[in-house]
Amino acid sequence: MDFDLTEDQRLLKDSVDRLIQDNYGDFEKRKTHQADSRGYSPKLWAQYAELGLLGLPFSEEQGGFGGSAVDTMNVMETFGRGLVLEPYLATVVLGGGFLRFGGSAAQQAALIPGIVDGSTTLAFAQIEAQSRYDLFDVATTARRVGSSWLLNGAKSLVLHGDSADHLIVSARTAGSRRDRDGISLFVVPAKAAGVSRRGYATQDDLRAAEIAFDSVLLPQDALLGEPGAGLPLMERVVDAALAALCAEAVGAMGALHELTLDYLKQRKQFNTTIGSFQAVQHRAADMLVALEQARSMAMYAAMMAEHPDAATRRPAIAAAKALINRSAELIGKEAIQLHGGIAMTMEYKAGHYFKRLTMLGSQFGETDQHLRLVAERGLTEAA
Amino acid sequence: MELRHTPEEIAFRDGLRKTFREKIPAEIRQKVSEGRHLSRDEIAASHRILHAEGLATPNWPVEWGGKDWTPVQRYLYVEEVQFNAVPMPLSFNVAMVGPVIANFGSQQQKEKFLPATASLDIWWAQGFSEPGAGSDLASLKTSAKREGDHYVVNGQKTWTTLGQYADWIFLLVRTDPAAKKQQGISFLLVDMKTPGITVRPIITIDGAHEVNEVFFDDVKVPVENLVGEENKGWDYAKFLLSNERTNIARIGFSKEKLELVKARAKETPSGEGMLWDDADFRRRIAIAEIELKALEITQMRMVAAQRHRASDKPDPTSSILKIKGSEIQQMTTELMMTVAGPFAAASPEHSHNAPPVGPDWAEAVAPQFFNYRKVSIYGGSNEIQRNIIAKAFLGL
Repeated sequence: MDFDLTEDQRLLKDSVDRLIQDNYGDFEKRKTHQADSRGYSPKLWAQYAELGLLGLPFSEEQGGFGGSAVDTMNVMETFGRGLVLEPYLATVVLGGGFLRFGGSAAQQAALIPGIVDGSTTLAFAQIEAQSRYDLFDVATTARRVGSSWLLNGAKSLVLHGDSADHLIVSARTAGSRRDRDGISLFVVPAKAAGVSRRGYATQDDLRAAEIAFDSVLLPQDALLGEPGAGLPLMERVVDAALAALCAEAVGAMGALHELTLDYLKQRKQFNTTIGSFQAVQHRAADMLVALEQARSMAMYAAMMAEHPDAATRRPAIAAAKALINRSAELIGKEAIQLHGGIAMTMEYKAGHYFKRLTMLGSQFGETDQHLRLVAERGLTEAA
Repeated sequence: MELRHTPEEIAFRDGLRKTFREKIPAEIRQKVSEGRHLSRDEIAASHRILHAEGLATPNWPVEWGGKDWTPVQRYLYVEEVQFNAVPMPLSFNVAMVGPVIANFGSQQQKEKFLPATASLDIWWAQGFSEPGAGSDLASLKTSAKREGDHYVVNGQKTWTTLGQYADWIFLLVRTDPAAKKQQGISFLLVDMKTPGITVRPIITIDGAHEVNEVFFDDVKVPVENLVGEENKGWDYAKFLLSNERTNIARIGFSKEKLELVKARAKETPSGEGMLWDDADFRRRIAIAEIELKALEITQMRMVAAQRHRASDKPDPTSSILKIKGSEIQQMTTELMMTVAGPFAAASPEHSHNAPPVGPDWAEAVAPQFFNYRKVSIYGGSNEIQRNIIAKAFLGL
C-alpha cells in the first residue's frame, strides 16, 4: 500500500491548485464566470486545455496524457474546493468515459481531439421524467430506419446540456421501459434537426437542460458501443463519475470545514471566540472525523473506479458515495449551524458549499440507493 | 497510490495467519470469537505460545526481543492477531510497561524486568486511574513519600484490569504535592506481594470480574523501582498512552465480528427465510461495513504516513481512529444482539450440563454488548479525544 503521489501527480496538482486559487479564490470571480452565457468561463476552459486537464484520462494514442483515476481525483478535489463551474465532469469524465470505454476508433478520433484542445464539450442525457436514479429506466426510443436511427423522447436535468456540442443519449432499441437489456447509446450533435433544448440554472449554480428529441435522424455510426448492451457501459462510466464526485465532495467539505474553523476563531460572543466553547469544539471535531473518513473513501473510489469487474467495482463505488454523502450532510449542516446567520446569506461562501454538497449527494443516486447496492452485493476485499 | 499490499506483505500476513491458526488452541480462539472472558491460564498459555514464536513483543527494541518490522508489518500483525481471534499478548506487559522500561528504565531494571515481562513470568497491572482521576488523570492523588531508600505509597487505584492475577503493578504516584498537576508525578514499579496492598473486585454490568480496585496502605517501595527521573512520570505515561492509542481502532476485531454476524445471520431463521434476507438488517450491516472500510483506509493512511514522521511522535489522527473504531466495535455488538434476537435475554446458570437457551453462542452476546460500552470510555474517552482534536488539530 502506498498513499504518496508520484512526482508528476504532485506537480500537476500544484498547478491546478494555483490556477483554481487564482480564478476562484476570490468568490466574486466565480460570479463573473457564472454570468457568461454558458454559465462558466470559456477562457478558463481554454486554460484547462493548456494545462492538459482536458486530455488527462485519455491514453497517449488517443491524444491524451494517460492519467489515472487518481489524477482525476486530484483535479476534482481542487475543483470542489473552488466550487468550479466548468463542465469537467460532463465533458471529460462522463463524455470522455463513454468514448474511452465504449467508443469506436472512428468516434474516438472524431471527438477526443476536440475535447483535449477545449473546442468540444459533451453532456450525458440520461434522466427521464419517470426514471429517477435507475439508469435502465429508459422510455426514449431509437428505431432503425433503413441504415439510420430515428430518435424520439425527452431527457431531463442534462448537466451542462444547454451548452454541450454533443450529447451522449441513452435510448431503448429493444424491450420495454424497465428492461435491463435493450438500451443503446448514441452520440447526437446538439444542433441536429429535431433536438430542442431549454437551459436553466441548478440550485448549485451549474447549468442543466431539458432536451427533447423529436424524430431526430442519426447515421448508423452514431451508435456508441454494442446495440442493446448500453447498461453495463453506463454503469462503468457512471462509476468513474461517482469516484470523481466523491473527490469533488471531499474538496468542498475540506474547504467548508476550514472556512468554519476560521470563523469559529474570529467570531466573538459573550466576550470570547465561539470556538472556545466545548459544545462547538466537539462538533467541529466530529466534522473532521467525517471528513477524514470521506477522504479515505474518495481514495478507495479512485483506486476502484476503473476495476473492470463490475461485481467488485460497483459495490465499492456505492460504498464510497454512501459514506461521502453522509459525511457531506453532516459537514454541510454543521457548517451552517456553527456559523449561524452569516451562512444563511447568498453573499457568503459557506452556503454555496452546502448547496453544492447537497446536490452532489443526489447525483447518480442518493445514499439510499447506494446503501441498497452495498447491502445486496456486499463489499469484497481489495487486497 | 496503491491500496493493495505488496506480495511480500501478503506473504508476511499469511505466514502470521498460519502460525496463529496452527499454534493457538482452537478453544481459546473460539472463546475470543464468541466474546467470552478467558481464564488466567488461557491468557497465559496464548501469550507464552506467541512468546515462543517470537511474536509477543514485536514492537520492542530488537535487543530486548523485538522485531525490526516496518509500520505496515506492525499494522498487519495487530490486524491478524485480532482477525484470527487470538488474544492480544497481555497489553500491560507488551504495549505499556515494557516499552516504558526499555525507553526510560535503568540498565538494571531492563535486565531484571524485560525478559520476565516478555515471557509473562511477571504479570503486570496498570495503576493509573483513581476514583477522582479518570479523564483528568493528572489530578491523581495516590502519594509516594521518600523515606530513606524507599517510597511509602498511600492511596487508591481503580479500573485495574485483571489486577486479580497481577504479580506487579506500575503506578503513577504523586511525589511532589507542591508542584503543578502534571509535574509532580512519578512512575513506580511495585510488587503486588508487598504488605499493605489490597485488591478488591469490581463486577461490571456484564457480570464479569475484569476490573478491580487496588488500595495502598503505607506500602514500602524501594527507590530502585522508580523508572527514569522523579517527577517525570507524566512524560512516560504520555509515551505509554500513545502506544495504546495506535492499536485502538481494532479493525481486525470488527472485521472478524462482522464476518461472524453475517455467518450467524445466514443460519438464523426469520420470517419466511433467514435473518440474512431481511433488507433492514442488511442495510445496517452495509452501514457498518462501509464505516469499517473507511476506517481501515484511514488507519492505512496513518500507517503509511509513519514513514514520513519521527517514529516516537504519536500521530494525532489516533484520536480519529479511537472515536470511529470504538463506535464501530460497539455497532458490531449491537448487530450481534439483533442476530441473537430473543435469545440474547437469557442469562442461564452454569450448573451441570444444563442445555443452552437458544444457540449455544447466544448467552455471551448480551454480556459482550454491555461490556463493550467500555470501549468509548477507556483509553481516553471519546469526549477527551474530541478535545484533543479540537486543540491539537483544529487550533480551537
